[in-house]
Amino acid sequence: MELLTDQGLRLDGRRPNELRNIKCKMGVYNQADGSAYIEQGNTKVLATVYGPHQPRGQARNRIHHDEALVNCQYSQAVFSAGERKNRPRGDRKSQEISIHIRQALVAAIRTELYPRSQLDIFVEVLQADGGNFCACVNAATLALVDAGVGMREYAVACSASLANGEVPLVDISHLEEMTGGPNLTVASLPISGQVALMEMSQRFHSDHLPKVLERALEGCKDIHRILDDTVRKHVEETGRASGWGQVDRAGIVL
Amino acid sequence: MAGVLLSEAEKTFILHGVQNDLRNDGRSKQDYRPIELEMDIVTHANGSARVRLANTDILVGVKTEIDVPKSDQPNQGKIEFFVDCSANATPEFEGKGGEDLATEISNFLRSSFASPLSFDLKTLCILKGVQCWILYVDILILECGGNLFDAVSLAVKAALHNTMVPNVETVAMDGGNVDLQLSGDPYDCWRLDITNIPCLVTLTKIGEHLIVDPTAEEEECSMASLVLAVTENGRINSICKTSVGSLHPQTLSDALKVGAEVGVGLNKALKEALAREEKRLQADKPERFGFLK
Repeated sequence: MELLTDQGLRLDGRRPNELRNIKCKMGVYNQADGSAYIEQGNTKVLATVYGPHQPRGQARNRIHHDEALVNCQYSQAVFSAGERKNRPRGDRKSQEISIHIRQALVAAIRTELYPRSQLDIFVEVLQADGGNFCACVNAATLALVDAGVGMREYAVACSASLANGEVPLVDISHLEEMTGGPNLTVASLPISGQVALMEMSQRFHSDHLPKVLERALEGCKDIHRILDDTVRKHVEETGRASGWGQVDRAGIVL
Repeated sequence: MAGVLLSEAEKTFILHGVQNDLRNDGRSKQDYRPIELEMDIVTHANGSARVRLANTDILVGVKTEIDVPKSDQPNQGKIEFFVDCSANATPEFEGKGGEDLATEISNFLRSSFASPLSFDLKTLCILKGVQCWILYVDILILECGGNLFDAVSLAVKAALHNTMVPNVETVAMDGGNVDLQLSGDPYDCWRLDITNIPCLVTLTKIGEHLIVDPTAEEEECSMASLVLAVTENGRINSICKTSVGSLHPQTLSDALKVGAEVGVGLNKALKEALAREEKRLQADKPERFGFLK
């Protein structure tokens, strides 16, 4: 199966630099301090944030006196993929993704603001169709914003691949992952353009790395714009009720 | 349930409300909170449903697979329940924290489905003693706002209603091996009969009164709860007492009467909701809400 047709279209009809359709929502649940839901194509992820709060249970022994303890858990619903999973979390793959999500987010969170406290971030994949990690990081970022946790900037993740040995593709779907092309996953801080986490599977010549990385970072910037729009719209809506977010088009507080 | 802290005064307030048949959200003792239902929202599952009962959020996915029947029930299929308490609901469920609750719910569901009068496993048989369908009913608890059992059972019944089991075209025996041919058309499916599947009704005792659909705060004030599995025609086929505390035998017989009545109403409401939802899904390109609403 070819990743790119002669007409320059991908398996699902996208162009090489095109993202999947992103829909997101903040403030899905009331009980959590922050929550968000994101759909990237057919990948659907729910994220919640609890805290910063007093460390609980085992975490009490691990608290830092100068920064917050960030605790991440990735779990994937057993019915989320084509084949039924045996358990939702606790396997090696999930643990690895938990650690990576934590790495990507800690780069953005201002942990020094919350010494001796704990921040819980839970992500749940409801439907998996490639790019689970990316969707998780993006959902967690929205949930952190919803919880009002201090952040340097958004942490945004995006994947990229290389088709026909020359054309970089952005936002890889499950089908494209399975077809066996290389997969470069990048979590970045898009405003400053810094890379918080980078992971790669398969291989390509190192000459291609700059353009594939460039494509992934571009994808991050595009996603950042969508997330930022969502945040602004959400704040405008919730603010309108309490009367504090009312800004007219010229940016003057009414 | 999850981290609800109530003072004595708040508990007394709730107790007095129940005594006067006016609970603190304005309901009477036998009223349910508003329930939202959506079917067919997980495309990777054969059937799925999401139920939101006020703050309680349940997502159920059903997957069908082919398996070998049990040797003592060669002409029956299998059904398995798996409950996952997501840490999204409360940080206490992180890691293995939700397993006790998950086992309690899945065990009770299993016992309420055990009777052939509630769900006939024979329909899941493909070839006697050799091949059968196994239904994996996977329940994901995303938020706990009280009354988990009822919400879970509604979601399970809706997801089973939504489940499409592929038709088997030919079954051939080749020596000891079975050669199954499934229909190539993804819409060539049959639906399960859910008529007699019970809904669970939780009755919570607060003071001297029994209430249905307790909120998380009310659960905190209760001494004991009873869960009944009630079918459409008011038959009770499973019962279990949850949480600590004790009940008088007289309360038990009262509970059976009230529970059967409420259960019939609940089944009827669900049946109507399923029919409405079914009609909506049959439209050309129905709108999917999911969690975006």
